[in-house]
Amino acid sequence: MPNYRNIKEKLIELLLSTASITALLILIGIFVFLFITGIRTFTEISPTEFFLGNEWNPTAYGEPKWGILSLVIGTIIVTFGSLVIAIPLGIASAVYLSEIAKPKIRETIKPVIEMIAGIPSVVLGLIGILFLSPLIAKIFGLSSGLNAFTSSIIVGVMVLPTIISISEDVLTSLPNEFRESSLALGATKWQMIRMTLLPAALSGIVAAIMLGLGRAVGETMGVLMVAGNSRAMPISFFDPIRPMTANIAIEIKEVVKGSLHYEALFAIGLVLFVMTFVVNFISDIIIEKQVRKYKW
Amino acid sequence: MVNEYVRQNIYFLLFRIATFLSVVFLLFILLYILKEGIGVIDIKFLTSMWSHRDITQGGIFPAIIGTIFLAIGVSIISIPIGICTAIYLNEYAKENLLTRTIKLAIRNLAGVPSIVYGIFGLAFFVLFLKLGGSLIAASLTLGCMTLPWIITASEEALKSVPLSFREGSYALGATKWQTVRKNVLPHSFSGMLTGSILGISRAIGETAPIIMIGATFFMGYLPSSPFDKFMALPYHLFILATQHSSPYAREYALGTSLVLIALIFMLNSGFFILRYKLRKKKEW
Amino acid sequence: MRYIYLIAVLFLVVVSVGCINQSRITGEVIKNIEDIEIKGSDTLLQLVSNSAEAYSEVNPTARISVTGGGSGGGIAALINGEIDIADASRPIKEKELKQAEERGIKPWEFIIARDMLSVTVNENNPISKLTVEQVSSIYKGEITNWKEVGGKDQKITLYGRQSTSGTYVFFMEEIVKGDYSAKMRNMEGNQAILDAVKQDQTGIGYVGIGYIVDEKGNHVSGIKIIKIAKDEDSVYVSPLEESKHSEYPLSRPLFQYLAKKPVKDSPIYNFLIFELSNEGQQIVKKSGFVPITADDMKYNEELLDKI
Repeated sequence: MPNYRNIKEKLIELLLSTASITALLILIGIFVFLFITGIRTFTEISPTEFFLGNEWNPTAYGEPKWGILSLVIGTIIVTFGSLVIAIPLGIASAVYLSEIAKPKIRETIKPVIEMIAGIPSVVLGLIGILFLSPLIAKIFGLSSGLNAFTSSIIVGVMVLPTIISISEDVLTSLPNEFRESSLALGATKWQMIRMTLLPAALSGIVAAIMLGLGRAVGETMGVLMVAGNSRAMPISFFDPIRPMTANIAIEIKEVVKGSLHYEALFAIGLVLFVMTFVVNFISDIIIEKQVRKYKW
Repeated sequence: MVNEYVRQNIYFLLFRIATFLSVVFLLFILLYILKEGIGVIDIKFLTSMWSHRDITQGGIFPAIIGTIFLAIGVSIISIPIGICTAIYLNEYAKENLLTRTIKLAIRNLAGVPSIVYGIFGLAFFVLFLKLGGSLIAASLTLGCMTLPWIITASEEALKSVPLSFREGSYALGATKWQTVRKNVLPHSFSGMLTGSILGISRAIGETAPIIMIGATFFMGYLPSSPFDKFMALPYHLFILATQHSSPYAREYALGTSLVLIALIFMLNSGFFILRYKLRKKKEW
Repeated sequence: MRYIYLIAVLFLVVVSVGCINQSRITGEVIKNIEDIEIKGSDTLLQLVSNSAEAYSEVNPTARISVTGGGSGGGIAALINGEIDIADASRPIKEKELKQAEERGIKPWEFIIARDMLSVTVNENNPISKLTVEQVSSIYKGEITNWKEVGGKDQKITLYGRQSTSGTYVFFMEEIVKGDYSAKMRNMEGNQAILDAVKQDQTGIGYVGIGYIVDEKGNHVSGIKIIKIAKDEDSVYVSPLEESKHSEYPLSRPLFQYLAKKPVKDSPIYNFLIFELSNEGQQIVKKSGFVPITADDMKYNEELLDKI
């Protein structure tokens, strides 16, 4: 009997570890593949031109141009704009849900917020085109509502649930001692939140923001539909922009495999990969520190 | 002191408004789509093949089928591997720097943009493995994308089971697998299931990866093998919104969104209810 | 329960490996030989989808799939060996032909319809005619205000297509003859340009004629179609005037590229013949485009004779 059990144990462990190794191989493979393809770009395009050149025009009438600066700035503008919307709303909602709302209300609202996260970005983009951008054009007297501002709103809505969920989790996980001791000393609820909870949860909330940032950087379809997509370097919030994600999505359809354009798009993909990976990595470390500090 | 209370009330009001706004965003989106899109939904819309010449005569049936096939494909690929990996990493693997790094890396991969997975899928599955633009290439690509998500969610579910459960089981002489199977899994199963379903519903809403891997706009036939091209709701919706010239295209785009959202919600809420029921059974 | 999952996964892995090995042997992407896969020009998307649908009604066994993505995307897919027919609203480039040759593909070019590429502005714009020169300067970003061509004092907003679009390339090489202004907004498709111009009083955009004409031959509301003249001394022609089609400066052939020489009576061949037939050309008309000229047909026939 023991022998049989031992074999079974070993087999199960083997099976599970095989699954893990497969998963790991896949995930490493993704990075490796991207890297191999993308890095070839630099055999023909100098890194300076790529990263600092401000014109991206692979199909130009004359010489193709390979500078991603305006694309990067496009990504940064939308990300920044979306966070401006999502951070205040997000943290405020998180505080409300975790500290102020009655449990019944919290239980009702939390799933609703989760549902926003489930809405596909194309649908938000659709609403952006049909409803939001004409509205913005009208409100601000612009000739067109397809610009960085509209994109920021759309991406902001997408990022909001992430920030709310994680911030709320962080706040709820703070031990009750914090609340009780603060109130015992005579603080009002708001004072308690402001002076005790928020500082304690700060690193966790920062992490939540970073995760939201990662999401904003990676958003493709919602932005593609309302960003205006012009190659020029954006100067104001009401200029059209062309973030890296939208650029890849648009141009990948026309590249012949193995061509320089193909490799260049992979290089952009690599940049995106590294950016989001690093942001997520940092925020993870912050969250882990936070959790370790306050959980027993 | 009075000042403090006034201040508190002001802030709390602001917070209430903020939450209210967040909720309003969602409700607005849903209501808008419902109001504008419901007009086109009828049996014909849902069950007929797509007609290009007169879109009022056709339906989005093939797109629904395509999306369902994708959902099945992604589930088969990512759920078993994902859950097994989570179990291994959390229960079997030794707690050392390597394991922690791996877990961290996987969690971060869940945050990588879908378009990056898309170009990877294009380069690897479509071109390198010569699978062509097909259901299976798309399923594999979306599967890779969903894998880190499912692993992470399952891991969280496993971690939430207190250590004491496992220790008690070992103390009684159980083997590792017995412990996992009888003590840990039943309690984390609902969490893992929810995580998987959320991952799948995220995958079927994705457009960017499938654009380059086999989604088509018009197909007169249903995909009959994994190597066929396919229609899918998100891509269909995208084209209707940006490229179709029929005056009805917008309504149809909204109707398609409604169907897509309904599908996702059904998936989520079905398992939400399931999780609730499973949770009730747990007694600790 | 879990074992069933594992068994299913193993089964799938085995099946996939088997299929992959199969494809390695044949060296081709796996698909049914009867399937026709068409991809490419957004301008042609509606037209070819209509034809495919009409063809399928008469030939229920035909399996045709049509996708957009732009002429560039279609030709790239053709060169990559992924599809059978590439729709293109521009001729194949030298560079692409070379890439095709390197991969052993010799594309066969057929003209299946004609387009009167139209320049549109918002219906409230007083301008109604422009020379090719003016259009070129506008799109290069040299003329930036409508008043410079006799309109209101408003900044011009440029709408164009993505670089994957054949229309983008055609317009750039034949009309603009230079680089587009970086400020031009790259829209996703013909319809997107149209919608933008409808909403934007200062906008200007180029669209295939199939998108601005409905089945009855009336042009869609909200926009104005600009009459174009070759130069200041020539006549200004509107793309809607059927009798003046040959004088319209932005007239262009619409192509389909086949990956290899079509085999007589194969599904691809039959579909092609259908498109070139009277019935097929009727569909071209109904879709808002212009049937091929006699010269176009002669060009096609030279190739068809070789089959």
